[in-house]
Amino acid sequence: MTAPLPATLRLCVRRRRVPSPSGATVQVSLRVPSDVSCIEEVVDLVTRHCCSGAWPNRKLRFNLRVAVAEALANAIVAGNHEDRSKSVEVNAEVSGEVIRIKVTDQGEGFDPASIATPLEPEELDRPNGRGLFLIRHLVDEVQFNPQGNSICMTLRRR
Amino acid sequence: MGFTASKDPSGVYVVRVEGQLIVGNRQELKSAVQEALDHGERRIVIDFSRTGYIDSSGLGALVSISKKVREQGGDLRLSGLNEDLRSLFELTKLDTLFAISDTAEQAVGSFAG
Repeated sequence: MTAPLPATLRLCVRRRRVPSPSGATVQVSLRVPSDVSCIEEVVDLVTRHCCSGAWPNRKLRFNLRVAVAEALANAIVAGNHEDRSKSVEVNAEVSGEVIRIKVTDQGEGFDPASIATPLEPEELDRPNGRGLFLIRHLVDEVQFNPQGNSICMTLRRR
Repeated sequence: MGFTASKDPSGVYVVRVEGQLIVGNRQELKSAVQEALDHGERRIVIDFSRTGYIDSSGLGALVSISKKVREQGGDLRLSGLNEDLRSLFELTKLDTLFAISDTAEQAVGSFAG
């Protein structure tokens, strides 16, 4: 059982019907404080809303959790530098076949192409640089806004 | 989420990761292992059989811990990775950096050889 959401979390869940055989589109929006201790709870919450019913696949659920945790950590630590006066916006949308999650911080952004992943044997003892690499392998599609402070991750049901 | 630690009768120190290993608690794990090293423990197993997921900070913490243990003449082994967790190690090639056993018991036993 997870602890209650901190008062600073703002959660809004909207459900609306779309004219599709896949049924309802579910939208989840959260404003998350720049506090890494919130990550696990936000991941649980987003996963619960995105993976109910139509998304029972264990592997997809795992990939979603790691990707969201990773994107939140990047946003809070690298983007907002854990500045408690800043927050992170999380928007998740689920249709019958697709989950799309956008994570936006209030930082200056970064160039995703500038991140080198330590995969060579002599680099493996580097403690960082694996986050974006993991996200790219765990979800089907990754897009950034031009500023580089917002990542959109798409997972498709196979 | 948290960590529990115990010493096997054969003298191997086993730390179990309960829940997630992520940016919010990686320092706690690093401190737990450092404390064990400070108390003279040199054969250490980190067990993930009760772990949900690990993020890149958690993987990075394991890399740092491994380095620290080696520097102090110790030996670190991992255990209990399910298929999903193991895939993270394989993707990042960290499965080549760590000695990984299926279970904590096997990891403990591997020190005897």
